[in-house]
Amino acid sequence: MEALLLARIQFAANISFHILFPTITIALGWVLLYFRIRANRSNDSGWIQAYQFWVKVFALSFAMGVVSGIVMSFQFGTNWPGFMETVGNIAGPLLGYEVLTAFFLEAGFLGIMLFGATRVSQRIHTLATFLVAFGTTLSAFWILVLNSWMHTPAGFEMRDGVAYATDWMAIIFNPSLPYRLTHTLIASALTTAFLLAGISALRWLWNDKTPGIRKSLKTGILIAAIAAPTQMFVGDLHGLNTLEHQPAKIAAMEGNWETQSHVPLLLFAIPDEETRTNKFEIGIPSGASLILKHSPSGVVPGLNDFVTADGDVQHPPVKPLFFAFRIMVGIGVLMILVSWWTAPQVWRNNEPKRLNAMVLVAMTFSGWVATLAGWYVTEIGRQPWLVTGVLDTASAVAPHPAGLLGVSLATYLLVYAALLAAYIGTLFHLAKKTTKQAERELDPGQFKGAVAGALS
Amino acid sequence: MEHINYMTLPWHDWLPIVFLGLMGLSALIYVVLDGFDLGIGILSPLVKRDDRDLMIASIGPFWDANETWLVLAVGLLLVAFPTAHGAVLGALYLPTTAMLIGLILRGVAFEFRIKGPSKQRAFWDSSFFAGSLIATVSQGYMLGYYILGLPTGWTAFVFASLVALGVTSAYVLIGSCWLVAKSENALQRTALRWAKKSVLGIAATMALISAATPLASERIFNIWFVWPNLMWLMPIPLLAVFITWKLFQVLNTATREINAKDAETAAFVEVVETNQAKLRDQSQCAFDGARCWVPFSLTATLFVLAFIGLAYSFFPFVVPESLTIWEAAASRDSLAIILVGTCITLPMIVGYSIFAYKVFGGKATKLSY
Repeated sequence: MEALLLARIQFAANISFHILFPTITIALGWVLLYFRIRANRSNDSGWIQAYQFWVKVFALSFAMGVVSGIVMSFQFGTNWPGFMETVGNIAGPLLGYEVLTAFFLEAGFLGIMLFGATRVSQRIHTLATFLVAFGTTLSAFWILVLNSWMHTPAGFEMRDGVAYATDWMAIIFNPSLPYRLTHTLIASALTTAFLLAGISALRWLWNDKTPGIRKSLKTGILIAAIAAPTQMFVGDLHGLNTLEHQPAKIAAMEGNWETQSHVPLLLFAIPDEETRTNKFEIGIPSGASLILKHSPSGVVPGLNDFVTADGDVQHPPVKPLFFAFRIMVGIGVLMILVSWWTAPQVWRNNEPKRLNAMVLVAMTFSGWVATLAGWYVTEIGRQPWLVTGVLDTASAVAPHPAGLLGVSLATYLLVYAALLAAYIGTLFHLAKKTTKQAERELDPGQFKGAVAGALS
Repeated sequence: MEHINYMTLPWHDWLPIVFLGLMGLSALIYVVLDGFDLGIGILSPLVKRDDRDLMIASIGPFWDANETWLVLAVGLLLVAFPTAHGAVLGALYLPTTAMLIGLILRGVAFEFRIKGPSKQRAFWDSSFFAGSLIATVSQGYMLGYYILGLPTGWTAFVFASLVALGVTSAYVLIGSCWLVAKSENALQRTALRWAKKSVLGIAATMALISAATPLASERIFNIWFVWPNLMWLMPIPLLAVFITWKLFQVLNTATREINAKDAETAAFVEVVETNQAKLRDQSQCAFDGARCWVPFSLTATLFVLAFIGLAYSFFPFVVPESLTIWEAAASRDSLAIILVGTCITLPMIVGYSIFAYKVFGGKATKLSY
């Protein structure tokens, strides 16, 4: 049991660390393509400045994603052999296609995108930028196909305890894929939008008012203002889909113990699995029934339905889901408010007010927090299953001694903590350095020449 | 093991063989490509900062794509032989973890050493070196254990350590040869010196490994050193010895030529000290063009030979001595699905990889963007 817990923490640590970086690069790739195209089409040096700064952030994030992603591909075998033994016939081709169609594509053209601007034509360089962005998104598609299939498996049959594919279309377009894919891609857009806006606002507060800053800030705010409300809507659809296929997850997210009508929408509570009740409930009457069933008398499933007669709990742990869900939604609401509050200023005056800029700086990494919280809701919400109804987590784990797992876990945690600190430090260092360079070069004539020369 | 009649083997039993071949091919491409850039990492502390920047710039655009071949090889093991993936990586848990940490440390160092604050640069340079070394040594160590069929005990440890030493010298060799092709002047001369030393290192470790094999694994010994196998297999070691000798010769000739050119240049300097343009022209490296790729190609051929020898020792086992490819293979339908994708994408991958290498062809220059 202890080994299982350690193996789970290790996987959670790896995937939590990993997801931080693709969630930036997926959307940032497309933003860079946008900057690149705008730079191609106009003489405005701002687009080039924006591209040049953010391509560095992209490269840094990409490297972090690559190295932590390689760890993921080994984890399946080293820690969870039961996963591939049971569902390898389905997971295998999906992972295979991810490597073949996406990993090579992004890795193959990244070099050209980063270092090739002076070695290939503008068209090829723009194409390389497109292919890298496309590759990162395709990779997200395949991995979310597999992840969604683990939540809502379809298109297979079990023979002697091993899953065999019967319908690949049903496997790929399994019931939760459309919602999860859209929800995750928008999460990436939001994470990148607030990173763009946050770092740019910081540089703006440092008195860097070069065109590149204004362009980055505007792009970030605009993406946020569109994506944040869209995400709320898509998230709701995703929730309804989950209610249909994984009702226990929804019950835990809502903190609802009994299947009943007029279930309140809890704004705060402390769920207690010992007594199977909530403490300190504050809620909107019939709110959850309204959201989930579109009627105040709608019947919402409760957690007690997922306990067997002999007291065996078959639903996910309640507390982490309940709180993580509220953190995610809270940040989502905050994102809508901040982006809609700031968008008109940036649109009209081409720059934010000081207070808005400070709020944006505070929200630089808000996308990360929301993404992780959402990821925990959905993944912990799948427990006790690894593949819903097919394979439980405990049966898939490798029988390594706890000591061995402890050593590897401690090493990973140490390395990840150090790298995360280095990443954030380097991000701010880059921002500072670029700002200082801009100050030095602010002799206007010289400045334009230098920037134009850099990308010609 | 019962005898397999390949003439009557049904098509779906060919699939595991095809996948073993594909996996082997990815592993081979990986050790050649990431081999040279890990080798560069191991050599990087031996030079001053400017040369180190140039060395790292010579692999900067490629390392990520090179490493993807490892993901493909392990991915194919995972998808085509799921049980073997668990068995092999489970048994090699610690060295696998060490390798991953190594790859992390060196992968991020590419970025941090340039983009981070300059006072951290020395730290990331050491992380680049240490990561490359840890990854290399653990790969060799894992290979050693794998050859023996994943046993435990002291003999296995010693044997695996020897293989780790061998793989390290091999990566250093191919890294030096890459640098011979990608650099000029003093750095090229240094690279030639490194290459010669590592050829000797490999020869010594190969001799030790051959001597240790009969002690460590009776099975491998019986495959290689028993008549008539010995006769059939003899071309592999003979060819390897010939290529090694040829490689050493090429490296020596190159060194001699460069030294002669230098002497000539020195004499030339005395005669016309003022003619700067001509002087620069004269001091251009003497070992360039297609010729400077000969050491790299010869080394890559050595890798291929070693690979064929290893493949022969294992086939048809995917976990030596316990699991054949047919026992470990995933469902034939799933394999067929991946094969279709592989046939379509692999030529494209090879195509754009070659394109990327061409874009950054020629001698390495400082990278910036």
